[in-house]
Amino acid sequence: MGEPRRGLSRRALLTTGSVGAAGAVVGAAGASAVAREAPAADPGTRTVAFRGAHQAGVVTPPQDHGVLVAYDLVEGADADALRRLFAIWTDDVARLTAGRAGLADTEPELALRPSGLTVTLAVGPGAVEAAGVDVPSWLGPLPAFSVDRLEDRWSGGDLLLQICSDDELVVSHALRLLTKEARTFATVRWVQRGFRGPLGRDRTPRNLMGQVDGTANPRPADHDALVWRSPTTTPDGPRWLDGGTTMVVRRIRMELDTWDEIDRTARERTIGRRLDDGRPLTGGRLEDDPDLDAVDANGLEVIDPFAHVRRARTDDRRQRILRRPYNYDDPPPPGELTDAGLVFVSFQADLERQFVPLQRRLAELDLLNQWTTPIGSAVFAVLPGARRGEQLGQSLLT
Amino acid sequence: MKRLTTLLLLAATTVGLTACGSSSDADPATEASTVSVQDPWVKAADSGMTAAFGTFRNAADHDVTIVSATTDGVAGRVELHEMATDEDGQMVMRQKKGGIVVPAGKTHTLEPGGDHIMLMDLTRPVEPGQDVRVTVRFSDDSTMSFTAPARSFAGAEEDYEGGTDHGDMEHGDMDHGDHG
Ligand code: HEM
Ligand SMILES: [Cu+2]
Repeated sequence: MGEPRRGLSRRALLTTGSVGAAGAVVGAAGASAVAREAPAADPGTRTVAFRGAHQAGVVTPPQDHGVLVAYDLVEGADADALRRLFAIWTDDVARLTAGRAGLADTEPELALRPSGLTVTLAVGPGAVEAAGVDVPSWLGPLPAFSVDRLEDRWSGGDLLLQICSDDELVVSHALRLLTKEARTFATVRWVQRGFRGPLGRDRTPRNLMGQVDGTANPRPADHDALVWRSPTTTPDGPRWLDGGTTMVVRRIRMELDTWDEIDRTARERTIGRRLDDGRPLTGGRLEDDPDLDAVDANGLEVIDPFAHVRRARTDDRRQRILRRPYNYDDPPPPGELTDAGLVFVSFQADLERQFVPLQRRLAELDLLNQWTTPIGSAVFAVLPGARRGEQLGQSLLT
Repeated sequence: MKRLTTLLLLAATTVGLTACGSSSDADPATEASTVSVQDPWVKAADSGMTAAFGTFRNAADHDVTIVSATTDGVAGRVELHEMATDEDGQMVMRQKKGGIVVPAGKTHTLEPGGDHIMLMDLTRPVEPGQDVRVTVRFSDDSTMSFTAPARSFAGAEEDYEGGTDHGDMEHGDMDHGDHG
């Protein structure tokens, strides 16, 4: 009951305050005591720090909306061009994520409620080459997997921005501003928009197959060992990527129209977790690991030998990845009912040690493969964060 | 909150003025020392002319006037411009007579469609992400310099007064075209 009244009285004071100087003083003094609590009540003003050793948008709890945009550099773009582009983007991102308009922002009002906005910059092989730096062997197309039906229009890219916010309008505004500012340096290669379930942010959201998705992600305490590159996680370098990470973006179509044909039991068997609350089929709490050795009365494994979670796990705890996917749901082509799936995004310190063996196992055998088809794929290097006074990409360009 | 702060500042300035009466002559500060600029930027351009923008804040209790400006060599000529309506009812830009006034205790924003610092006869392309060093001179001959980063910008395509009568004049267009 107290909340709405506080909001009302604050607005009333502001109105009074703008009437005259005397009113302003009284109004401001009265309001400042009240206004201290207002930001918590207004999710639009929520900000996520941009400056730091790591970029935001990687281990940041996923916001409700996200867009991934890949760019191709224009002919002749060199290290100097990248330096100028990254200077522009650093300035824009610092402003936008703080709820301030971009420098040459034509719609400044759209910047004022960032709603947890993060913008994450990553480079593909083309940008590293343009910087005049050796391209790491893993920075390029993933090995071909038998399940792949990749389309060019969802694959590759020289540069990538991942833009996430709880407000879709904020995402669109940031995307347009950052793309406009880059127009002399790069052209848009592909754009993938996504959204997350409407559940509260403390609960694990669902994907369009109805599954609770994201449960077995590494915990914050594991991020240094599993996500961030450092002399410890990736002793062989390159050192310009310390503080960064590797990023896989795979567009995975869900065959929802054939998924409709199977019943709940078969659906749960496909994953190895329950549909209603996401708990392992072997019992326990949501956050518990499935018991891969458990057998039923007939001596059969409770978690199917080819269930997604069994195939996605190994005893090697260093092989884990951080998944940060978004759902997509596009207009279907003529004659089809659905075009939906996951913009699968994962972060891992070492792509070859963590992601590739996992994806290889899933491609070999995974019940889920019958209802999922990778149609796009790209690999990027997420640059380290920009501390105060630094620019994104600084380590790559020195 | 920003709004509240501004209101408080304005209130404080008003109080200050009343306390000092009209003793502004006693202030030894130069005009440049009381003015700051926020968010300066310049529109990227390949050739011809372009413009610089930004918000000037005057902390003094008297108006100050920017009377001229120069750059670090990128512009052959620099003028202070304003937007006005010509005989045909069109918005055109023209030199601002008497310079650009930043009112006491207030801000004055140079922006596309408003007052701006016109950079003419560009000696080289102003490329997006490059910095242009701009120096403004005040009526008391003091100067202030600032760095204006260049940005791609589709607007700020104003016609120069008389420009329509004389074709495109010698100023070329403000389009940035392609950079690499
Ligand atoms: C449309 C495609 C996919 C869907 C619908 C999907 C769905 C799920 C679901 C429902 C879970 C169980 C809950 C959880 O722990 O999040 C899960 C777990 C997991 N998935 Fe996927 N997944 C997909 C693709 C992938 C891909 C491409 C990879 C990696 C290459 C992957 C790796 C994992 C991992 C590592 C786990 C956690 C296993 C564990 O430790 O228990 N998934 N997935
Ligand atoms: Cu002009």
